[in-house]
Amino acid sequence: MPVNPSDSEHSDAAVANRGDVLSDVPQSARLMMRGIHKRFGPTIALAGVDLAVQAGEVHALIGENGAGKSTLMKILSGAHQPDGGTMQLDGNAYQPVSPSAGRAAGVAMIYQELSLAPHLTVQENITLGSEPCFGPFIHRRQARETATHALHRVGLSQDLRSVPLHRLSVAQRQLVEIARGVALGCRVLVLDEPTSSLSTSDTRLLFSLIREWRANGMAIVYISHVLEEVLDIADRYTVLRDGCTVGTGAMKTVTLDDIVSMMVGRHVDHLYARTSRKPGEVVLTVSQLGGNSLPIDASLELRRGEIVGIAGLIGAGRTELVRTIFGLDPVKQGTVQVAGRSGPFTPAVQWRNGVGMVSEDRKTEGLAVALSVADNMTLPRLTGMGPLGTVTRTRQAAATSKWAQRLSIRYESPFQPLLALSGGNQQKIALARLLHADVDVLLLDEPTRGIDVGSKAQIYHMIDELASGTGPDPRPPCAVLIVSSYLPELLGICDRIAVMRQGRLGRAVPVEQLDEHRIMTEAATAGQPATAVGEGAPT
Amino acid sequence: MTSSSRNTPANRFTSLLLSWMNQLGPVLGLACVWVFFAVVEHRTAQASGLQPSFMSWHNQLLILLQTAVVGTAAIGATLIIISGGIDLSVGSTIALVTMVVAWLLRIGMPAPFAAFGGIYAGVICGLIIGSAVIGHLGRCAAIAAGVVLGAWAFWLGAGVIGTIVIIAVVSFVLFQLDRRFIPNVKLAPFIVTLGMWGVLRGVAKGFGNSQPIYPGSDSWLSNLMHDTPFGMKGLPVYGVWLLLIVAGLAVLVLKFTRFGRHVYAVGSNEQTARLCGVHISRTKMMIYGIGIGCAGLAGLLQFSFLQMGDPSTAEGYELKVIAAVVIGGASLAGGEGSIIGTLVGALIMSVIDSGCGALHLDNWIQEVVTGIIIVLAVAIDRLRRRRIEP
Repeated sequence: MPVNPSDSEHSDAAVANRGDVLSDVPQSARLMMRGIHKRFGPTIALAGVDLAVQAGEVHALIGENGAGKSTLMKILSGAHQPDGGTMQLDGNAYQPVSPSAGRAAGVAMIYQELSLAPHLTVQENITLGSEPCFGPFIHRRQARETATHALHRVGLSQDLRSVPLHRLSVAQRQLVEIARGVALGCRVLVLDEPTSSLSTSDTRLLFSLIREWRANGMAIVYISHVLEEVLDIADRYTVLRDGCTVGTGAMKTVTLDDIVSMMVGRHVDHLYARTSRKPGEVVLTVSQLGGNSLPIDASLELRRGEIVGIAGLIGAGRTELVRTIFGLDPVKQGTVQVAGRSGPFTPAVQWRNGVGMVSEDRKTEGLAVALSVADNMTLPRLTGMGPLGTVTRTRQAAATSKWAQRLSIRYESPFQPLLALSGGNQQKIALARLLHADVDVLLLDEPTRGIDVGSKAQIYHMIDELASGTGPDPRPPCAVLIVSSYLPELLGICDRIAVMRQGRLGRAVPVEQLDEHRIMTEAATAGQPATAVGEGAPT
Repeated sequence: MTSSSRNTPANRFTSLLLSWMNQLGPVLGLACVWVFFAVVEHRTAQASGLQPSFMSWHNQLLILLQTAVVGTAAIGATLIIISGGIDLSVGSTIALVTMVVAWLLRIGMPAPFAAFGGIYAGVICGLIIGSAVIGHLGRCAAIAAGVVLGAWAFWLGAGVIGTIVIIAVVSFVLFQLDRRFIPNVKLAPFIVTLGMWGVLRGVAKGFGNSQPIYPGSDSWLSNLMHDTPFGMKGLPVYGVWLLLIVAGLAVLVLKFTRFGRHVYAVGSNEQTARLCGVHISRTKMMIYGIGIGCAGLAGLLQFSFLQMGDPSTAEGYELKVIAAVVIGGASLAGGEGSIIGTLVGALIMSVIDSGCGALHLDNWIQEVVTGIIIVLAVAIDRLRRRRIEP
């Protein structure tokens, strides 16, 4: 690797910054990023960011969406080249020209969206791009050993080696992705929202693995929106805001409130909004509902003016329950009743019944990211978007900006493709779609997954307004059914919570009688756990 | 990073300019190709002492005439490609329709009936393809069997009403059987239309024992591609006007109707469309019915151009049609595409044909040039998009 040129080319700001932020970091850090600058056209993404990670520490990188975390990590991985600043790995200059150069130097990135080939086996995925070869042929024995070793280090059974990846659960795939980084002998491991699709027990398992790797001297950069998690696992933190480092230090010395204040630049109180609500008439009745394989048996009554949460482990059938209620998955037994009418319904009929759904999978199901903001928001209800049953852009734009204002969604033009918006703004559009369709029953599947604190607070506030009927529009209170793997959220906003286990839905219990411990016990005990990462056969 | 930081007046102007460029891109490409041939042909003609012909009004009319068939079919294909599908059977559909129209005229049907029959044949082909795409193989059989039995009954002298009753009964019974007994197997449009490419061509050939069918008598239907409105020689022929009307309707449908928005939504992300309550199978049936109905109309024009039914006509048109749509800025992955772009794409190919002809270039050169233009057009399109959406 070429020797880095002297610091003289870097901006004064970066040099000045370095002194105060990194003064307490010894020069022996495993990874040292100094004064990183990056522009995209007229947009300044990074304006002098510093990051120092020691060997054997978990370093949390915190910031709202758009603060520059992803850009910084793309520069670290070699996907982007910085416009200014230096990077060092173990004291040597580190200038990756491509992601593969970054990997070869020992920087492994585990992205939020998994980057594995679903049709290949686990072993092929682990060795992909770095297959041990003699001549043009793959050295099968060596590949097997590499895979076995890597799987062992992430706590997965070696029997999974020859299983096609698509047969694994999300949690297992995530671990395979990490195993790939481990197989390459990484020195710096970057985990970008690793728990966003994991259940609580899988998260615990991942954390114990992270602690093990830390003890073995690996440097780990941990990115997450779930601050409780970060407080639990990280040793040190760096907070980014608007492309600058606004704070760094030892995790022990700060509280959650301090970090939130650093992230948003002001104090956020009342993350979970809760106005007094009065449950009204029953609008959704589910009795003994069964689907293809999940759910097995679910009964539930949902009233106007209340928020009911569904907790449970990944694979317990919560998503399938909501999909079956909405008509996306077939009903095999039992009934769904909405406002006096009996199902089964198709999604089209459900929208007409006044039921709307937000999908857990924003990218592949929730939104058409190549289509415009206006098209995405108005798709369920295009009637009334123009004279004589036509659809005009002016009406679409008017409807879009109305809801965008209510949810403070930021975009340049209603006809801009969704691609360019941040995750938080995209998710708010998925929710605004329900408001546009003027629904009475909201089925929300992981509505705040992977989005920043500011957007989360706005979404909680909106849900509360809808359920209590206190919004600016005169409308009756809505009924909300919300699935979430994040318990503080459920406890914070719901009136009642039901726990789902192995396809069966428990009784919805008033939230006052519950706490995280009780919910987890009910979700994971009794019988065997619903999912167990790394054990047994693939799902 | 933040969206607001880009909203300066200067940037807004640039983005407005870029969006204009985006709309005009294919048109500029067409102008470039036309000017290139005009200049080159003018020079070479002058050098050899001949009268340059490429720029003449007569030649422009010829270019339009040659665009009519491919253009009409390409409008239907645009719908299909925007929805994420593809139609490889266009050429075979056109050939079959020329046969149907010629046959109907020969057995003494009035011209409007024959015209309707031709378009109807196209729509039926579309519904069969649509049924297979949404997974109802049985429905294909139902439609096909209904049509065949109906035709047979008609042949035996069942009369028009009897024929319709027979088609309805047979189709209904088979539809019910399909619903009860045949599992739903969704097929990729590529596979379905690849199959139909062979099936329809074969049916067209079988229709006339591999021989062309001559309509026998002369009618307005045979002159759509030869006569001009009011007999004015300076105007394009009826077929070109028909193309423009269909294009205008398609623009309105895509831009201003729920169905149009649903076409884009299904192509962009089918799962999202389903989540939002779009009836996927109904929308797809409509897309293939209308889209391949356009191919039926193109077949009508082709019949008029040839003045006979020819089972081996329009071979390779499927690729010309797809090329026109793609040059016009549509994405084969779905979700993007425009009617105006497609028209321009079809015109670009006609201009190349005409230009190469005027330069007396060999056919093979023309094919090479067309191939290069297709790849180049799409490459330029991608580049342009990248500048607009960083």
